[in-house]
Amino acid sequence: MNAPEPTLTPNRMTYREASKQALREALLSDPRVFLMGEDIGRYGGCYAVTKGLLEEFGEERIRDTPLSESAFVGAGVGTAMAGMRPIVEIMTVNFSLLALDQILNNAVTIPHMSGGQFAIPLVIRMATGGGRRVAAQHSRSLEGWYAHIPGLRVLTPATVEDARFMLKGALADPNPVIIFEHVMLYNMEGDFPSDMKEVDIARAKVRRAGRDVSLITYGGSLFKALQAADALSSEGIDAEVIDLRTLRPLDTKTIIDSVARTRRCIIIDEGWRSGSISAEVGMRIAEEAFFELDAPLRRVCSREAPIPYAAHLEDACLPQAATIVAVARELIRPS
Amino acid sequence: MTKKVHLDHAHLLHLLKAMIRIRHFEAKCVELYQAQKILGFLHLYDGEEAVSVGVMEALTPEDAIIATYREHGQALARGVDPKCLMAEMMGKLNGCCRGRGGSMHFFDRKRRFYGGNAIVGGGLPLALGVALADKMQRRSAVTACFFGEGAVDEGEFHETLNLAKLWRLPILFVCENNLYSMGMAVERAEADIDFVHKASGYRVAGEKVDGMDVVAVESAARNAIDRIRRENDPYFLECRTYRFRAHSMFDAQLYRSKEEVEAWRKKGPILRFQTWLEANRLIKPEEIAAMEKEIDVEIAEAVAYAEAGGLEPISELERFVTMDEVPA
Repeated sequence: MNAPEPTLTPNRMTYREASKQALREALLSDPRVFLMGEDIGRYGGCYAVTKGLLEEFGEERIRDTPLSESAFVGAGVGTAMAGMRPIVEIMTVNFSLLALDQILNNAVTIPHMSGGQFAIPLVIRMATGGGRRVAAQHSRSLEGWYAHIPGLRVLTPATVEDARFMLKGALADPNPVIIFEHVMLYNMEGDFPSDMKEVDIARAKVRRAGRDVSLITYGGSLFKALQAADALSSEGIDAEVIDLRTLRPLDTKTIIDSVARTRRCIIIDEGWRSGSISAEVGMRIAEEAFFELDAPLRRVCSREAPIPYAAHLEDACLPQAATIVAVARELIRPS
Repeated sequence: MTKKVHLDHAHLLHLLKAMIRIRHFEAKCVELYQAQKILGFLHLYDGEEAVSVGVMEALTPEDAIIATYREHGQALARGVDPKCLMAEMMGKLNGCCRGRGGSMHFFDRKRRFYGGNAIVGGGLPLALGVALADKMQRRSAVTACFFGEGAVDEGEFHETLNLAKLWRLPILFVCENNLYSMGMAVERAEADIDFVHKASGYRVAGEKVDGMDVVAVESAARNAIDRIRRENDPYFLECRTYRFRAHSMFDAQLYRSKEEVEAWRKKGPILRFQTWLEANRLIKPEEIAAMEKEIDVEIAEAVAYAEAGGLEPISELERFVTMDEVPA
């Protein structure tokens, strides 16, 4: 037996530990909840999120699966249709492509296509994003793709608090929900009020208030935006940071309210720029807050290439705090 | 231990009637399609009736069904109301899916009919889930999973058979082998066309059955279901059958000869069963006439119900994209 991961204080922990506590709470509170996925049991989870759960809950509820993404995601859909509350883990978003048919053609389609006879209360968790030097096939950010699909809820917990409590909201939703956990966040520590029991999964959140520019982002780019905001404050630029939290349905109001205050906006998205969630956010601002803007909308996205292995290339590919700072500076004090 | 089907007079009539109901229902659908009251795709089950009728006889109301896009026969044989099926064909609000699914997507929650699926192989993983949910909730139900032999080409078939065996799930795999996936002949698509052998590669037991013989199918399905319940293990049935008509309504059938179709028609499940019943004096011509009349009344009622049905208001188009609650 591996030693349990140390919990620093009751309300301070890593993102990984928060995700695990959320799963444990779900398993304890509802006998219909079970976990299914690759290496979630004996191995303890590819990112060690599920470590220890097999010992506590047994093989029936912590189900190791073969490398059959389409089959076990489809099995998740079927169990959800027949009375269970499955939480399916797909190791990374890259492998979810092998299950896309089950997600799109079954999970999100059957409720509507059956005239409302079936709901699919299915939660799918997957790791996403780059930064770990594991090359293109393990580094994609396809959250925006999934956010294209009506019927799905797409959650991107970027803080320890959200890692701890978003799952509860996802399980309360009678519809398929995908939770994207950015790989660079698992070791991040954070805290939350000790009396906290839940979070609202419907709203974006102002993570840092500011007057001069809105940095709108989500997931693994949140901490980069916050770093950029700190750097900008030393230059006298007061940036507001919005964490979208839920990419579908988008909380347009929080976005528009922020832009109406700051009148300038940079959207930071680890997805590729073309056809991305950043494009959607930008277009909503253009549709609903065009006359509030004092400057053109700007974006910091991943470069339009497969994420390369070499460190200098990968870093150049992904949004970075320094790039955000440079774009903000240019937007506010054009040379 | 082989279980014999109880071939009393009432049961024989019932089997024949169930097959004729499907045939006549679909003949009416073709008329309505030509009249442009049914649109889109129409994949007829014509020739394959014995498979659904035989298998459904072996199921209880607690058992579950995963169907294909050629599921008119599967739904009718399961006892889904022809009225709401016809209304669905015509895209009406009183259809089983409020006109959102159409010909390829019949669902009936009450009858545990988990849908016609138009992605070949796409239903197989769902069968795993439904069977797993039943098992985890300590229900003794069996899931009958229908698919065509074309689904064997897909990875889902292989992933699903493996997991069904690994997790010992109560699934009856019903392969409706009509020899063509659209225009692709089975021997041109599969290196090994012995599907029972393929299933055995996943240690799933199975057998071939003459899918044109309703009694043989029922008997095989009853034995299979007994075995599944007794041994907590999936089972595989390959039903050899044939589709008499085109794949859908847009198919010039360049891939097979008229002679081949005619030869199979002579082995048709209704023709063969009815001829056998008549030859053995198990049914009187007037009984058949009365039965056909009853069915035609039933279908006329279904058409009237569908014609009278309203349309889903466009304001409801986005309803059920997300559900407000899980239906009880």
